[in-house]
Amino acid sequence: MTAIRSSIDTKGSAFESNEDAVRALLDDLSEKLARIKQGGGPEAQAKHEARGKLPVRERIRNLVDPGAPFLEFSQFAAYEVYGDDVPAGGIITGIGPVEGVECVIVANDATVKGGTYYPLTVKKHLRAQEIARENNLPCIYLVDSGGAFLPRQDEVFPDKEHFGRIFFNQANMSAAGIPQIAVVMGSCTAGGAYVPAMCDESIIVENQGTIFLGGPPLVKAATGEEVSAEDLGGAAVHSKISGVTDHMARHDLHALQLARRAIRNLNRVKKVNIDLREPVDPLYDPSQLAGIAPVDLRKPFDVREIIARIVDGSEFDEFKKLYGETLVTGFARIHGYPVGIVANNGILFSESALKGAHFIELCAKRKIPLVFLQNIAGFMVGKKYEQGGIAKDGAKMVMAVACANVPKFTVVIGGSFGAGNYSMCGRAYSPRFLWLWPNSRISVMGGEQAANVLATVRADGMKARGKKWTKKDGEAFKAPILEQYEHQGHPYYASARLWDDGIIDPTQTRTVLGLGLSAALNAPIEETTFGIFRM
Amino acid sequence: MTAIRRLLIANRGEIACRVIASAQAMGIETVAVYSDADKNARHVRMADQAVRVGPGPASESYLLSDVILDAARKTESDAIHPGYGFLSENAKFAEAVQKAGMIFIGPSAKAIRSMGSKSASKALMQKAGVPLVPGYHGAKQDNKILSDAAHEISFPVLVKASAGGGGKGMRIVKVADDLNAAIDGAKREALASFGDDRMMIEKYLTKSRHVEVQVFGDQHGNYVHLFERDCSLQRRHQKVIEEAPAPGMTPALRQAMGEAAVNAARAVDYVGAGTVEFLLAGKDFYFIEMNTRLQVEHPVTEAITGQDLVQWQLRVAAGEALPCQQDDLTINGHAFEARLYAEDPDKGYLPQTGTLHHLKFPDDASARIDTGVEPGDSVSVFYDPMIAKIIVHGSDRADALGKLQRALIGTEIGGLETNLDFLLGITETPQFQKSRIDTSWLDRLKAPKGRWRRVQKSTSEATAIAALHVIAKRGNTACLRAARSEDPFSPWFRTDGWHSIDLGHQDVRLSDIADTDAQHLVTATAHPEGGYDFLVDDTPVRAQLLDDGDVVIDDVRFAANVVSINNQITVFIRDLRYVFSFIDPASEGIDNTVTDGDLTAPMPGKITAVFVKAGDKVERGAPLIVLEAMKMEHTITAPAKGQVTEVRYKAGDQVEDGEPLVVFEAS
Repeated sequence: MTAIRSSIDTKGSAFESNEDAVRALLDDLSEKLARIKQGGGPEAQAKHEARGKLPVRERIRNLVDPGAPFLEFSQFAAYEVYGDDVPAGGIITGIGPVEGVECVIVANDATVKGGTYYPLTVKKHLRAQEIARENNLPCIYLVDSGGAFLPRQDEVFPDKEHFGRIFFNQANMSAAGIPQIAVVMGSCTAGGAYVPAMCDESIIVENQGTIFLGGPPLVKAATGEEVSAEDLGGAAVHSKISGVTDHMARHDLHALQLARRAIRNLNRVKKVNIDLREPVDPLYDPSQLAGIAPVDLRKPFDVREIIARIVDGSEFDEFKKLYGETLVTGFARIHGYPVGIVANNGILFSESALKGAHFIELCAKRKIPLVFLQNIAGFMVGKKYEQGGIAKDGAKMVMAVACANVPKFTVVIGGSFGAGNYSMCGRAYSPRFLWLWPNSRISVMGGEQAANVLATVRADGMKARGKKWTKKDGEAFKAPILEQYEHQGHPYYASARLWDDGIIDPTQTRTVLGLGLSAALNAPIEETTFGIFRM
Repeated sequence: MTAIRRLLIANRGEIACRVIASAQAMGIETVAVYSDADKNARHVRMADQAVRVGPGPASESYLLSDVILDAARKTESDAIHPGYGFLSENAKFAEAVQKAGMIFIGPSAKAIRSMGSKSASKALMQKAGVPLVPGYHGAKQDNKILSDAAHEISFPVLVKASAGGGGKGMRIVKVADDLNAAIDGAKREALASFGDDRMMIEKYLTKSRHVEVQVFGDQHGNYVHLFERDCSLQRRHQKVIEEAPAPGMTPALRQAMGEAAVNAARAVDYVGAGTVEFLLAGKDFYFIEMNTRLQVEHPVTEAITGQDLVQWQLRVAAGEALPCQQDDLTINGHAFEARLYAEDPDKGYLPQTGTLHHLKFPDDASARIDTGVEPGDSVSVFYDPMIAKIIVHGSDRADALGKLQRALIGTEIGGLETNLDFLLGITETPQFQKSRIDTSWLDRLKAPKGRWRRVQKSTSEATAIAALHVIAKRGNTACLRAARSEDPFSPWFRTDGWHSIDLGHQDVRLSDIADTDAQHLVTATAHPEGGYDFLVDDTPVRAQLLDDGDVVIDDVRFAANVVSINNQITVFIRDLRYVFSFIDPASEGIDNTVTDGDLTAPMPGKITAVFVKAGDKVERGAPLIVLEAMKMEHTITAPAKGQVTEVRYKAGDQVEDGEPLVVFEAS
């Protein structure tokens, strides 16, 4: 293979100032994450622990193999979305190996609003199930939740992608052969009662876990019956009488051990049918990505510099290097796994779209996972390009991306604007995972363009009505639009709404992709059938 | 002269190994014997052949002379070395060996018999002019005669059974008034223990030392002594640390004792290695007994004389003359032997059994280790729990003592309680260092035994080393998983605790057993240049485990062995140990559910038997009540160890399903 030769001066001032800027973004990210990781705050944590319960992250640490990685999803879920503070959306999700089996873990954080489901809690739960289903990963639910957040019942309960979908998924995942284990470590009320009830095996912690369709207050209101929570749906009731749960644990740690035991008895063997090689570190230190990640999206740079710091040995066999040069395509390995890389190196033209479609076809046929490094302002516009049929060429790439049945991974390394987002496997194209760099921006178009488009439309309108429209008016008109785009295009805004699976440190991209690739290999890579490519 | 070509060693453990080593060095083939408990013991592995002689208990194996003889015949051995203990001082066995046409490595049966009886040997010694402790060893046993004798000897006196041993049938009498009761008690005990209540009375010597002389005789009437050993450091009449020469010994006294010992040997036409034991009080010494075998502590004599006593035994037994004359023998320096036992000195020296998961002796040549075990071997219930003898030799006593301490510090044992700390503690007392001890000093010594324990409350350094070990173990587990996987290079097999944004962070939870299970949390962040940055509780420690097993703690590199048995980790640092237990998600061991409450009828039926009543304490699984239903008997058993608080039915009662039968409280 051919190693990329870097031409970046890592001692130069441009590199250093970029690095400083990225480090500042990462510091901000870490600071916010530190707050998010406190869940409901020290007071709620203390109350939680006083009940003999482990903090949710501690539970996860004691569930996964000791020292093993935990790939957490969407830590920024619900960040500044509701008036209330709902850190991480009140639910921790991620992948961690249990007894050597990669599992999706879905764990309520009871310190956040009693573990109740806000709309984004539901979305995060459903996304974790989607990840489990797509990648054929067993799912472990650590349940400690008061159910739906009642004040927002209209956004949580009735729709297709609302609370009920959790159990729909459980049923269909089970049918698809995905093992699911529930550990009831606290409340599990109303609809939530179906989580353990629909699992393969359920564990409940004595004097702590409860499962009932209606809690004691509801029972009293409905029938007048007075009953304690423990007698209504405690561990003893469900383990000895109702049979809703299969194992009774003495405490959290015991319950987590029982969950590990359940996974040990799954009889699952990961079948890998892909050409593996021993991984080699990149020639160039991935930590240099902090100096390269584009902070100023207008400044052009060579995306190969990024590829060189992600792939094994910095080796990259380019495909159609000389054609459609604004899109870089080629074969490489990440942690020994073969990948096809599709990376933006400028705006998309017809040629680059055709090249992308061709390369995606190759990877789909060869069953090689695809990695999209997304930094795209959009497709070229203008008379010449419309006449050249850029719409149908773009459509070919979108067709290829949409239908390619290999595991797809998207990392937004810079801008993600307009139709570029589609052709580069944005969220709507169901990549197995989509991650953002903290310097990235995502919106229908860049803030500047949007403001200009809207200002132009407005100016034309004013002029048509014979109104005056000064340059100053234009600036005043554009300012709030720019501000709105900057706010909504920010990765925190995006990640809060689960448009992605989390914001990652650029220098960790290789590790994150390696973990994702390995997890994805739990599902066999299927044949691809493409639709009609308009010629 | 009869050459010995093939030697059977009728023993086990370190002494069998010791004898095999010398025999092999002389080109003699060796045959070991073994019981089922020693099937794969070190002496069995060392010998050229090994013959099974029976099940574990010595009385069914090593003590069966016929079976041992058969083994010797079967292997066409021409000599038998009995070692010490077992059959070594059994005159009948010695005779039987000779009768079978083989050489018994030891004195004649007659000599064994003469020395075997305490009173007979004393009479013999008196005749030979060997000084005896003033006393009465006569045949007349009525109380008046014994009492007169005691008064003549003057108090304090020792009343002891003629046939006795091991402290049974023995009384110390300090004043005349106590005498009769003591005689009666000792007689009763002796009769019960030995079937013989004959008593002898001796002067009780307080603050005396135990000094013994190694003698050797050949078949040509030659005798030498190989100087003395001081074995005064005893606990309950069992030697703990021996040394040679005896501290404070003068040439004149040595000569006198040596001559007395040779006289004793000559008196019984002694052939081979023997030991004449004396009590030494000031400049006076008194004969105690003669041991007609090679002693456990013979290596200290070997160390100071430069001789191989087993080789001497074999040469003499083959008919050769003694290898040296008395004048050829000189004392070179000073030697110690410490007996390492699997026993708990804090619990009355209670013998310990189990597996020696970790066993490490000093790896330099400064100490001689005589042992019958290797790491992974076990100490069984059947035999003496000795693990090893640690023998050091120095230019003088101080030098040898320093070497002994270093050798003890360099010894590590994991898996069993031992007297290692106790031995080291003794060597650090001023009394032992200045040799101001007598045979009962150790038993009089109060308190410090526990303080000598080298198990310490943890330090951040020790906790860090234990954590390194836990992390390394996690890595090994992951490597094994990876090797079995079709996805062997997967980053999921990392064990640095990688977690999205906060990188390389994992926890190790340890509880310090020496500190009432105090909990310690080690947070480990992988360091880019290897090793980890730890936070041990709140103390930062930079820690790294190197490939050769050394650790680097805050830039200081040293050897620290870590032994992990089940969930227990022992860290050895210099002469100290730290013991932790750790709970990892991957480790099992949390008890399964135990519940209190009611034990209910599984189906409708009739009570046919009730085994318990309220208040009864029961073990897990104990039958409580029997219910007959569907023509089957259902026994309700205790779900755990606990107490029955109520029994609700009696036999004959009809019960419905789900009916509580017994109320139970787990303990």
